[in-house]
Order: sequence, then C-alpha cells, then structure tokens
Amino acid sequence: MSRNADALQGALDLLVLKVLSRRSRLHGYAIMSTIQEISADVLRVEEGSLYPALHRMEEFGWVRAEWVNKENGRRARVYELTSAGRKQLGMKESRWKAVAAAVNRVLVEA
Amino acid sequence: MSIWRRAMNLFRIKQLTDEIDEELQSHFDEALAQGRDPGEVRRAFGSALRHREASRDARLITWLDSLRADAVFGLRQLRKSKITSAAAILSLALAMGLAVAGFRLLDAFLWRPLPVAHADRLYAVVRQGLGPSGDFRISDSNEYPLFVRERAAVRGEAELVALSFSDRAELTFKTDDEIEKVNRQYVSGWMFAAFELRPAAGRLFTEDDDRTRGEPAYAVLSYAYWTRRFGRDPSAVGRTFRMDNRIFTVIGVSPKDFTGTEPGTMIDVFVPTMMHEGVTHSDWSWFRTLAILQPGVRVDTVREKLQPVMQRFNEERAKGFKTESKLFLARFLDQKLLLEPASSGLSGMQIEYRRPLLVLGLLIAMVLLIACANVANLMTAQAASRHREMALRISIGAGRLRLVQLLLLESAWTAVAASAAGGIFAWWAAPFVVARINPPNSPAQLALPLDWRVTLFAALLTFAVAFVCALAPSLRVSQIEPAQALKGEERQSRRRLMLTLVATQAAFCFVIYFAAGLFVKTFERLAHQPTGYSSENLVILTASAREPQPPQAWDEASAQLRNMPGVENVAMAGWPLLDGNGWNGFIWVNGQPTEVLAYFLSVSPGFFDTMRIPYIQGRDFREDESFPGKAIVNEAFVQQCLSGRDPIGKWFEKETGDGVTRWRFEVVGVVGNAHYRNLREPMTPTAYVPFFGTDRVGRREPKGSASFIVRTKGDSPASLIGILRSEVSHARPELRVSNIRTQVEINNTHTVRERLLAILAAFFAAVGLLLAAVGVYGVLHYSVVQRQKEIGVRLALGARAVDIAKQVTGEMSVMAAIGIAAGLAVGFATVHFIASLLYDVKSTDPGVTIMPILVIASTAVVAALPGVIRAVRIDPASMLRVD
Repeated sequence: MSRNADALQGALDLLVLKVLSRRSRLHGYAIMSTIQEISADVLRVEEGSLYPALHRMEEFGWVRAEWVNKENGRRARVYELTSAGRKQLGMKESRWKAVAAAVNRVLVEA
Repeated sequence: MSIWRRAMNLFRIKQLTDEIDEELQSHFDEALAQGRDPGEVRRAFGSALRHREASRDARLITWLDSLRADAVFGLRQLRKSKITSAAAILSLALAMGLAVAGFRLLDAFLWRPLPVAHADRLYAVVRQGLGPSGDFRISDSNEYPLFVRERAAVRGEAELVALSFSDRAELTFKTDDEIEKVNRQYVSGWMFAAFELRPAAGRLFTEDDDRTRGEPAYAVLSYAYWTRRFGRDPSAVGRTFRMDNRIFTVIGVSPKDFTGTEPGTMIDVFVPTMMHEGVTHSDWSWFRTLAILQPGVRVDTVREKLQPVMQRFNEERAKGFKTESKLFLARFLDQKLLLEPASSGLSGMQIEYRRPLLVLGLLIAMVLLIACANVANLMTAQAASRHREMALRISIGAGRLRLVQLLLLESAWTAVAASAAGGIFAWWAAPFVVARINPPNSPAQLALPLDWRVTLFAALLTFAVAFVCALAPSLRVSQIEPAQALKGEERQSRRRLMLTLVATQAAFCFVIYFAAGLFVKTFERLAHQPTGYSSENLVILTASAREPQPPQAWDEASAQLRNMPGVENVAMAGWPLLDGNGWNGFIWVNGQPTEVLAYFLSVSPGFFDTMRIPYIQGRDFREDESFPGKAIVNEAFVQQCLSGRDPIGKWFEKETGDGVTRWRFEVVGVVGNAHYRNLREPMTPTAYVPFFGTDRVGRREPKGSASFIVRTKGDSPASLIGILRSEVSHARPELRVSNIRTQVEINNTHTVRERLLAILAAFFAAVGLLLAAVGVYGVLHYSVVQRQKEIGVRLALGARAVDIAKQVTGEMSVMAAIGIAAGLAVGFATVHFIASLLYDVKSTDPGVTIMPILVIASTAVVAALPGVIRAVRIDPASMLRVD
C-alpha cells in the first residue's frame, strides 16, 4: 500500500473508529451519516472509499462485522470495535491531535 | 482473520463477492429510505463493481501477497543449500515413488471399482461352512442348476450373473500349427447388458446366445486381445477359430476398459456359459455368482431369499449320496449363503496377494516416515542457522502462524519436487512389480491406468508429506522467544527433537528389517525345501492330440525322445508333480471308508527312475499293467492308510465319483515321499497308478494328452527345448506339444509370492537403512557443530578424544537403542499379522532379531564416524578465538 493512500485513509479510519467507539453495531450507511451529521455536513465521507476501508480494518482485526436481519427482510452488515481497534483509535487520535496542534501553531505563529 | 478463514475465502470468492454486493445493496436501500434521489446516490457511489473489487482485494490480496513472498523465499532457501536440498528431495522422492507405486498396485488389485455400471451394488454370492475334512472355508464357486433356481428366486430384486473361473485355453485361427494360449472365461449371456457395457466392435452376447447347451458357438474378444492379435481390424468380427474341438465365431469385441472381473487376469476370450459342459451337472462347481442388486434393495432381503433355495438344492443332492459319512452329510447341509461386496471384482490372485500387498504397503509407509523424519531433521537443522532470522521476524511483528506458513511452503517445495521425481519412479516401478508375479502359465496382468485416483493419491500424499515434514520445525518456531534468541541463547529442545526423530527412524528401520528377514528366511526355506525328487535337468513336454491316440503312438513318441542325444531318460505322466493339477479321492481299506484323502497320478513305467524318486520296497509297473489294478504308493500313504506295515500285496479302494462304485488297487511297490500339490503342506498320501486304462474287453485305451518327463544329461535343459518340441510331432504328427517347461520353473511357481515379498522387503530394508543412516549422520553433524565451542574448551582442558567421542555419541546411542527396543516390541506385537505368509520360521529365531540389531547398530556407528572425527579434530585454539 502506498504511503499516500495511507495518509488519506488515516483520517477516514480515525473517523470511523471514533464513531464506532461511541455507538457500536452500526452499518455502513449509518457510519457515513453519523460522520456527516456530527460534522454538520462539513465532512462528507465518500461512499466509494468507506467500504474498502471497513473491510481493510476488518482484515487488520480493528473492527468485527456481523450480519443482522432487518425488518424489510434484507440483511445488513453491522460493525463494532475490537480491543485492537480501541488501541488503534487511541494511537491515531493522539497522533492526529499532535499533528493538528502542530498545524495550528504554524497557522497562528507563521 | 485466521489462516483457515482466509484459505476458505480463497475458495469462496463467489460467496465473498455476493456478500459484498449484498452489503452495498443494503447501503443503497438505506440511502433511498432517507429520501435521497436514486440517481444521485448511484453517482455518489461510483461504479459498484469497482468497489466490490477494491473491497475484495482488501480481504484477499494481503494473504495472497504473503503466500507468494513466502513461496519465493522458500524456494530461495532450498536453492541456497543445494546439496542438502538435493539429498532431502531424492530420499523423499524414492519413498514417495514407492508409496505411489504401492498405491497403484493395491488400488488396481483390491480397491478400484470394476469399470461396469453399478459396481457399488455388485455382490458375490458365497457359501460358508466346513469342508470335507472339517476345515472352515468360504467358497465362491457354484453349480449351474442351482444358479438357475437362484436367479429365478431373486428376479426383480437382483440380477445374478455366472462367471467361470478364468482358465487357459488353446485356440487356433488358421491351422493347428499355430496354437495360441488365451485366458478364457465363460459368462452369462446377459452379463454385458447387466453391466451396461457397449461393444467396441460387432455386438456383445445377449440372453438369447445363452439358452441352449452347446449352441450357438459364439465368442466375444476382449479389446486388448483384439488389439494384440488383429490390430483392431474390424474384420476380425465374423472370423472363426477352433477351441476344444469346436468352431467358434467371433461376434464382437468388449469395451476397452473391461478386462474381466478377476483382478490379476485379463480375459482374452469370452464365451457363453452354455458352452461349458458343467451347465447340466449338479455336482460341478465351476463358476462364481455375482449379484447386481436393484437400487434400494437390501442385501439381507436377497440373502434370505437365496438361502432356502440353496438349502433345498443341497438336500435334494444329498439324497443321491450313497457312500458319504454322516459327518460329511451334516457338514454339507450346514452351509450358510452370504453376499459379499465385490465392487472391485474377485479373483484367486486377489485373495493370494491381498495380505502380501498390504504388508508391503505398510513397509512402504514406514520407509516414507523415515524419509519424512530426515527432511524434518534437515529443516530443523537449517532452522537452527535461521534461528536469529526467525526471532527477528517475530520481534518485528511477524505472526507465528506466518512463520509456520513460511516453513510449510518450504517443505511444500521439497514435497512437490520429490513427488515429481517420485512419480517418474512409480510409473516404472508398479509394472515392474506386477511383472515379478509371474508363474509361467498365468502371469499377473493388471491394468495400471494413471487415472484420477492415482493423481489424487499423489496430491494428497504430497500435502501430507509437506505437512508432516514441516510439523516438527513448526512446533519449534512457535516456542521461539525472540529476546533470548536474539541474544544468541538457545534451548536444548531442538537437539532433543532431532534425537527423538532418530529414535523413530531406528524403530521403523528395525521393523522393516525384521519383516524382511522373516520373508527372506521363508523364501529360502521354501526354495530349498526337499521335494522328494531331483528337479534339475528335467524338461516337461505337455502334448495333446485332437482325437485320443492309441498307446503305441505315445510309446513311439516317448521312444523317439529317449533316443535323442543329450536325453538320459523319458517317462510319461498325466501331468508333472507340483504343476497345480490334482486328482484325489477318499480311500477305502478292507471294505471300510477312511477319512484319508489321497492323491493319484497316472505314470508310465520308468517314471520313478526318471524323477529319481527312490524305491523303498517292491517294483515298478510293467509295460502290460494298466489302470485300475496295481498301484505304487508313497510312504505317507503306507503310514496313513495301511497302518505302516507290510504294504506289498495289500489292497485298497478309491471312490470312482459316481457315489456307488469303487476301483480296486493292489500295492506292488512303495516309493519315497514327493511333494505333489505344494511345498508348504506336509507330504500328501499319494498313489501312482498305471498310465493307460483298459476298456471292458481288456484292451489299453487311447489317450488324448500326456506329459513327457524328460531327464537330460547336460547342465542346461533349456538348450534342448526347441529340438524336443519338434521331435514329438516328428515321431507322431497327430501329437502336438502345447507346453514346455522345466521342472525347476514349475517348482518356482510355488515360491513366486515368497520371492516377491523377500525381494521387495529386502529392498525396502536397504532403502530404510540408508535413509536412517543419513538421518544419524545429519543429526550428529549438527550436534557437533552446535557444541563445537564446548568441545573446544574441553579439549583445551585436556579431555581425551575417547571422552569427546563418548560425549557426542552418548545421547545418540541411547536414542538408537530406545528406537530398536521400540521396533522390537512393535515387531513382536504385529508378527501374527504376517504369520500366514511365513513358512518354517519364527520371530523368536535369534537370526531374525539379532541380525537387524547388529546391522542397524553398525550402520549407526558408520554414519556417526564423520561427526565424531570432526569433533575430535576440533582445534581448541581456533574455537576459543571465535566470538
């Protein structure tokens, strides 16, 4: 995986993990709309990159997925955080904060 | 995600794709439910297919990527240590080749279903009970009148098919000079239809071809015979040939895959059962009965219908018995009919070779395990040098499973390379072994197709071997403690593991050697068994005439042979001793029946001189004496029938077979015992009777066939064979020689199985020993290298070479001893399994147990020498400078 993609996915991963840490067992659409709502429509998650990101995180063992039956007879795939995912979230969150603080400082003091 | 699930994902790409589709669809639905515009959602989403690919790749690519990397790395590892890899691959190839060859043989002989429809519903109708002499037996032969009733009784539930025991028949397509020998089988006309077989040319029999005794004389050729004899010429259909003084017409050719129902024999010519004389006789058992059950019909249902039919038939037959004892009658009527699965066919050869082949299969399995242990040892030793590499991999975050995957792939490379080389070996070895089952008159013929069964076996074997070889090193990897390993420390358990493997090798090696010893001894005992006559320089010419010929014709031919240079003596007999023919009957003495079943052979005057069977008492037959009347008996006969005293001049009688009348014989001579039927059983009571019979007016009767027993002067009777053959027809053109064998050849047919077992087991023992030696060498070498620093210190401190040698070989000797002891226990515990294959040899014979111990121990010593020498030559100074 290229470094470039890593950086972009880093932000998406962080958001997804954070949402899942607050509310467990969400399906993809709910994760997307939650991010949108909380950010007051500023952050729009690209639907095209959400699912590959979810599957990749499942592969890494950060999230766990499960099929549940919906009222309309279809199935939905819901995700929840694993303990490895929680650890990741902690790391990513502190790194993000450090980076954000650094960017802010540059913006303010430069 | 576990390796297992990832592997499953690989095989379930379809399902995975479907799941991803379903998830995206559910997302789409959700969006619509929120009131978004379908077109907008689709656009926002982009191509669903692209997402699917991206998602799936995320789940698969990681693993495939690591797999590829490990495979490449594994191959590089193998190439790095070329010599050791080559040794591992070659030894494994030999063992795997043996295993595949063994499987091909076992499968072809015992397991592969016949290429007929419904082979899974094929059963043999057999009878179980006590034989005439009280022996428990399962008989698969049947009488035709009973068969007809049985077939009618189960009509609608099962189809019964009669198939004769295949025999060798002589046939001629043109003139009588060109006699061919073929494997012939009488089969029910409806057999081909019941098996749903289609002709390769012409047509096959139908039920109409098998209705009346002796009509019509049709024959179906097998595909192999059609190919061999006619080059698949379609015009072969319609040709005629002469067999048993009848003209048969070829009506078709059976399909390619169908070679008959007797594994070990390929049928050349099929003829309808109605051509067999036995179809009208209630007392002739000459064929097997196969039952093809209808779908859903239970075996017991059919059995319960057949049992009373047989019972009634036997009771009717028993009414005709006049002379049989009560005990015999009781045994005759107490028979149980059974249906035994026969999906892979039935043959005498199958019964005879089932156990030997299974034993050989087990020996091969042990050789294979020895070879696997070697590869495992090798990999463990290599892993030692890669210990730090492994530890490093773990400490930078490689999962232990990932390391196991790496090891598995390395051993998979070895196994794949070995199975490729082994496949070539097996391709050659299986037919080679079949060709060793070669009694002169009925060599084993076995179809050995390289079909999916063999391929599947080879593939499974490769997987299993890769797994077994990687097992030990994998267990080690999972124990690695990165911190310790990186510091350069290592636990002792690695060497312990290797030593355990050596002990295992020693144990298997002992078992193989032990079995081989027993088989070789058995063969030697049987091959050197005194026969009671001198087999050397005896040539047997079996001659026959289309019409029975008067005694003068036979005598003239006999005289002609006797006058040839190089011939010492000539006599005639019904057949040579030990060639498988037999003629027997219960003996009556003083008008009372006895329980003694004696064997009879008609012989001309001079037979005993020619065979060099010694006279004990009395005289030879005279030229004018004929059958019945006089008899010459052997010592066993005198002991068992004539209470061992004053035999000359005594009388005895033999049942003629019609149940009422008996022949009377006066004993005129007693000769030494000679083996008649086989070399394994005790000497049978035997009576020799005059060669020619007399008719009612006292004239000697003509004979249709005879065997000339020719004793030659030279050392090589083989050189005379060609001349002898032509000389017979030269003397009397009516006679033609159908078979020429030496007596030694005939005797050898009785040890074919033993020779095969002895040769192959000895070969396996040698291979096993060689592989175990490689194992010992490798392990010792490794442990010396591993401990060279310590050894260097001890040498520097003044240890003597002897002490060092003791130290490095100490553990090894203990392990080898433990292995041998375990092997001894296994050998003794399992020897009863092969007892029926042994003759006159006991597992407790010191030679059988001590030999392998000595051989294995000395091999271990030789294999250990290089390591020991290396140890004592270690230069303390240079060792101490290292690090």
